[in-house]
Amino acid sequence: MLLALMLVLPVQARAQSRFITVASTTSTEQSGLFAHLLPAFTQATGIGVRVVAVGTGQALKLGERGDADVVLVHDRAAELRFVAAGWGVGRREVMHNDFVLIGPQSDPAGVMGGRDTVEAFHRVAAARAPFITRGDDSGTNAAELRFWRDAGIDPKTAGGGWYRDIGGGMVAALNAAAGMGAYTLSDRGTWLAFANRADLTIVVEGDLQLFNQYGAMLVNPARHPSVKAAEGQAFIDWLVSPDGRAVIAGYRVGGEQVFFPEGGG
Amino acid sequence: MILAALADALGLLLAGDATLWGIIGLSLSVSLAASGIAALVGVPAGAALAVVRFPGRRGVVVAVNALLGLPPVVVGLALYLLLSRAGPLGGLGLLFTPAAMVLAQAVLATPVVRALAHRAAAGAWAALGDELQMDGAGRLRAVPVLLRTVPGGVLTAVLAGFGRTVSEVGAILVVGGNIAGHTRTMTTAVALETARGNLPFALALGVVLLGISLGVNAVAFAVARGGR
Repeated sequence: MLLALMLVLPVQARAQSRFITVASTTSTEQSGLFAHLLPAFTQATGIGVRVVAVGTGQALKLGERGDADVVLVHDRAAELRFVAAGWGVGRREVMHNDFVLIGPQSDPAGVMGGRDTVEAFHRVAAARAPFITRGDDSGTNAAELRFWRDAGIDPKTAGGGWYRDIGGGMVAALNAAAGMGAYTLSDRGTWLAFANRADLTIVVEGDLQLFNQYGAMLVNPARHPSVKAAEGQAFIDWLVSPDGRAVIAGYRVGGEQVFFPEGGG
Repeated sequence: MILAALADALGLLLAGDATLWGIIGLSLSVSLAASGIAALVGVPAGAALAVVRFPGRRGVVVAVNALLGLPPVVVGLALYLLLSRAGPLGGLGLLFTPAAMVLAQAVLATPVVRALAHRAAAGAWAALGDELQMDGAGRLRAVPVLLRTVPGGVLTAVLAGFGRTVSEVGAILVVGGNIAGHTRTMTTAVALETARGNLPFALALGVVLLGISLGVNAVAFAVARGGR
């Protein structure tokens, strides 16, 4: 037991004294943005940031229960509901990138090069080409379901086993798509950072509907007194400051800019 | 693929990457602390249950044996609900800390240690019970004596507990949050790198993890042998 305590105590002591917990999405973590961004923020303010990366739905839930100080996610409709219900305050639009439709080179649905995402979804369903859905209530999952709705298709009841729910993160979905030669909707950042592409490629991009915006909110300190309001607000303020915007804009994967700060940069 | 992973793993370790060593250190300290707690609770509990007779004992044994099948992710979820700010123990602020991970793993490892200690003690009791000739509550006093006669069995129980903790990912992912530099362990790092599609790197981390487990077991057996 003593041995155990001796081993745990230094682990605890190592923790930064001033820190905030940020509930965010797999896309921001797995694209590598946080590893690029957070050291700059900590250096500027002395505040450490602990990121719990989950789907947008779960990140908002963590905020609702008071388990995070700041929520940084990408599902505008869900964010506005979160704020309207009084769980979050001071929502700021931080940055955006875009979604891309990923599919196999062989392109069994014949959607390659298109710019109309809804039309592409129509064709995938008509061809019964395998399609991977995150199925995890993430921001990307919400966007994908909007496209199906706009296409007037309910893939879950379409039958035939072509619509496959993996219930996992973005790269898990890309891995599954690579393994099955399937289509899937991805944020561009995660796609750019994705290493295991097999014969996957971007088949549809550049549609205005593919806009993917990230918003940040402070968890309402009136609801959860444990929220570190000052430090959390400092993080949000820094993200939208000229310094923060420059750091976001400066993140590159394979030479490509991945996230575009709001207000230019 | 496996050979390449072995080479990658060696390369990673030799490169002396501070992040990797931090992750290894956290994995080891969390697992050792959790299996330490599991040993302190599980060994006496298992031995006591092996020798003491009371009405309904069989039912208790069945119940605690069923805990061997506790799904880690369910333990993680239950602890999350307890430790969450909105939960009954939220005021402690333990969620997303190494302490929460120790707690989760101790819950998972204790039934394993208990079951194996029970077995070792039951065997010893069968051999020595007549000599010790005690009954009722008096049998409890025989427990330390009994355990001293089966050091190998106790060691195996404790190491099995360690094995359960060091390889665990489902519970600590939920209560620890896999926060870089704070609660990221070997197993959650492997899960993350797999999720990122960095399969060779994930496998290399897995090989390192296996090496650690091997090392701990070797040291434990060496110590046990030296102590005899």
